[in-house]
Amino acid sequence: MAGPEAGARTTRDDGPILPPPLRLELRGIRKVYPAVVANDGVDLAVAPGEIHAIVGENGAGKSTLMKVIYGMARPDAGEMLWNGREVRPRTPAEAQRMGVGMVFQHFALFDTLTVAENIALALPGRPKLEPLSRRIAEVAGRYGLPVDPRRRIGSMSVGERQRVEIIRALLQDPGLLIMDEPTSVLTPQAVESLFVTLRRLAADGCSILYISHKLEEVRALCSKATILRAGRVTGVCDPRAETAASMARMMIGADLKALRPAARQAPGAPLLVIDRLSAPSPDPFGTALHEVSLTVRAGEIVGVAGVSGNGQAELMDALSGERTSPPGTIRLDGRDLARMGPRARRRLGLSSAPEDRLGRSAAPDLPLHENALLTARAAQTTAWGFLRRAKIRAAARRIVEEFGVRAGGLDAPAGSLSGGNLQKFVIGREILNAPRALVVTQPTWGVDVGAALTIRQALAELRDRGAAVVVISEELDELMEISDRIAVIAGGRLTPAIPRAQCDRDAIGLAMSGRLDTPAAEQETADAAAH
Amino acid sequence: MPLRIERRPRPSRAMSWASPLIAAALTAAVAMILFALDGREPVSTLWIFLTTPLADLYGFGELLLKAAPLILIGVGLAIGFRAGVWNIGAEGQLVLGVIFGGWLALEFGGAGPWVMPAMLLAGGIGGALWAAVPALLRTRFNASEILTSLMLNYCAQLWLAYLVFGPWRDPAGFNFPQSAPLHPDALLPIVIENTRANIEIVIAVAAALVAWIFIERTHLGFQLRVTGAAPGAARYAGFPVRRAVWIGMLTGGFAAGVAGVGEIAGPLGQIFPTASAGYGYAAIIVAFLGRLHPAGIVPAGLLLALLAIAGDYAQMMLGMPSSIGGLFQGTLLFFLLAADVLTTWRIRRVEDAPLPATEAA
Repeated sequence: MAGPEAGARTTRDDGPILPPPLRLELRGIRKVYPAVVANDGVDLAVAPGEIHAIVGENGAGKSTLMKVIYGMARPDAGEMLWNGREVRPRTPAEAQRMGVGMVFQHFALFDTLTVAENIALALPGRPKLEPLSRRIAEVAGRYGLPVDPRRRIGSMSVGERQRVEIIRALLQDPGLLIMDEPTSVLTPQAVESLFVTLRRLAADGCSILYISHKLEEVRALCSKATILRAGRVTGVCDPRAETAASMARMMIGADLKALRPAARQAPGAPLLVIDRLSAPSPDPFGTALHEVSLTVRAGEIVGVAGVSGNGQAELMDALSGERTSPPGTIRLDGRDLARMGPRARRRLGLSSAPEDRLGRSAAPDLPLHENALLTARAAQTTAWGFLRRAKIRAAARRIVEEFGVRAGGLDAPAGSLSGGNLQKFVIGREILNAPRALVVTQPTWGVDVGAALTIRQALAELRDRGAAVVVISEELDELMEISDRIAVIAGGRLTPAIPRAQCDRDAIGLAMSGRLDTPAAEQETADAAAH
Repeated sequence: MPLRIERRPRPSRAMSWASPLIAAALTAAVAMILFALDGREPVSTLWIFLTTPLADLYGFGELLLKAAPLILIGVGLAIGFRAGVWNIGAEGQLVLGVIFGGWLALEFGGAGPWVMPAMLLAGGIGGALWAAVPALLRTRFNASEILTSLMLNYCAQLWLAYLVFGPWRDPAGFNFPQSAPLHPDALLPIVIENTRANIEIVIAVAAALVAWIFIERTHLGFQLRVTGAAPGAARYAGFPVRRAVWIGMLTGGFAAGVAGVGEIAGPLGQIFPTASAGYGYAAIIVAFLGRLHPAGIVPAGLLLALLAIAGDYAQMMLGMPSSIGGLFQGTLLFFLLAADVLTTWRIRRVEDAPLPATEAA
């Protein structure tokens, strides 16, 4: 418990005595990894048919706790009770036999196999495909998870794949279903239908552990929440009786700071222009870009929303210069950059920062100062092809100091930094190169709340200095917070960007599912439907 | 109380440098066991094995003579290995150096003092051209350079055999498969009197210095290191992977080609079908034993050369087969790879059964 507020809140807990035995109870779970104490005396009580949220920032110990329950990690101390009996699952198979099902954030499905084949692989024994398909259809119908057992995974959307994962877990008749950040890949509409499914499951007596850092969702769905911070429980509450702000306080141990409002000026002239860009995908299961057009003016942030796998990676590759494009399709201040590689584009003022920090926007094994050199301008860091090491170190030190990067010195390998600190370093490095246009994907992916705020603030300030900024993100909330205009990418096509004030979450959600051409046109139909 | 191997929070630098020493110690242990099994006194036999080659100045010269090609090729290969380019074809590239340099020597030997430097250059170009084949196949068709460069070794070997058995055979050589002796102008100068150590050791050490500066202090070297350490980051930064493949292959090939000339223009003095003593392969061990760092490759080359020479002496002095030197080289690589696991992993004793303890509490 952190402070009096937290203590007051926990009094709404049902108390230590519950009439029926708990479905799952953890007492004093402790798990130590070489570098970190991931769980430190965690208690958890889940009643039958309860939808229980596990809330916490990245690195708070949520995943480790789930691994302990699912038999993937053995706790160093503490005990686990299942329906009142002490258990110690040593493998996921043991946990499944006990009645624990889990749906992972990153799906484990074979693209080239059908739904039924994928599910058959996960079930014990060798189920025949025909009767299994009937069972799949039956479970799918009962819980509102429409899925065709004969379809191949490769042709399915992320939301559909998640349904397959859920059905696979349900076929084992679980008494507890663990959902790990299930909505991070879904459109708002798909989130709603997922919630309907989960409520139906809970009504049938299945307990659900719902792992999330999205507090609004937790409030809408869950009847109880256990909040973790730095491996310890900092609160147990009924989320319906809380505000997002009060839970955030328990989660981060301080009040959530809002983004400082910027001294906004009207956006200037068109700076970064994408003109009918089409590009095939190098990945057989990727998404080709079709006639993508977007104009970003100086001094504005344009958000590109969309469910992952709809062409974001291809768009990023095309803009960063990792793949070149047909002449004239990408222009910066009138200059054609489409045929240029990343270094030439950076020299002319177009920078990028993809979300994959470990191996793409940073080299994890190289020290921090060499990671500063990765995208530094040659004129300032080299002389006759030789490295000017003092200048490079000074540049790295400046990034570390200005963006509050916590690192074990400039010689520490980039991979030793936490996700948030490394991302601050990467974004800071690109911003200090003073780009005229910056393209970032998922800038706060896997980053703690404090670092996320720093990064968003830095992007807003870059915009205020007159740069054109494109943020490609799957987090609609984030885009709504920092974007001036929002476009939606779906199936490799991009809708026109519309001002944030005119954005309607439902309309964007529908556009994300690829059903309508533009959010604007969509909005009219949505409005019409409302009246 | 079982042992468990777990990942270190970050790779251990100390372990990275300690691992060659651990490997050397374990190899010495294996050597002593072998000597003991052969009915010899292990410690003194090992002492004789290792010190006899260095007993006099001539022996020291032999060590430098053998170490020079190992260091030279090892340094060239290491540049490629740092860039993630796996050139296993140094042996064939060395043979191409023999062919190119040898042609020049046979054709122009005695034409003037320019012949020797021209041979070194021609040999380097020959090796680089041979290495260009896998580089082209890799950049153009994405064919694994490990396989293509390895297979080209056999092609090069057969080409040289054809030349020495055919057009280049010495008419006065009693039909032996060997060329006419090279003209003295075509031979490398000796740097230590009364030994066979020639200028190649100076070239090799100079190459190590240049490589050190190149890889650590130039932007191009940095680009190669990024390409090897994180190919995705290299693409993102705009460091072309293809260029890294070309540079990595060509430097390795050039160095091997020069080393090939060093053999015919050095200790051999004429061209044999077996011009290489397996330096192209042994240099791979040297490169890794030296941590792919020029400063480590020089001592690693000396150590491997010592093992090779010691094998020869073992045959003469101890009556053991000379291949025992090669056996110890292989053992050394084996233990090195095993010890290298400990730079990213560590062994820890796990206290089992912590759960019952808490139950009692």
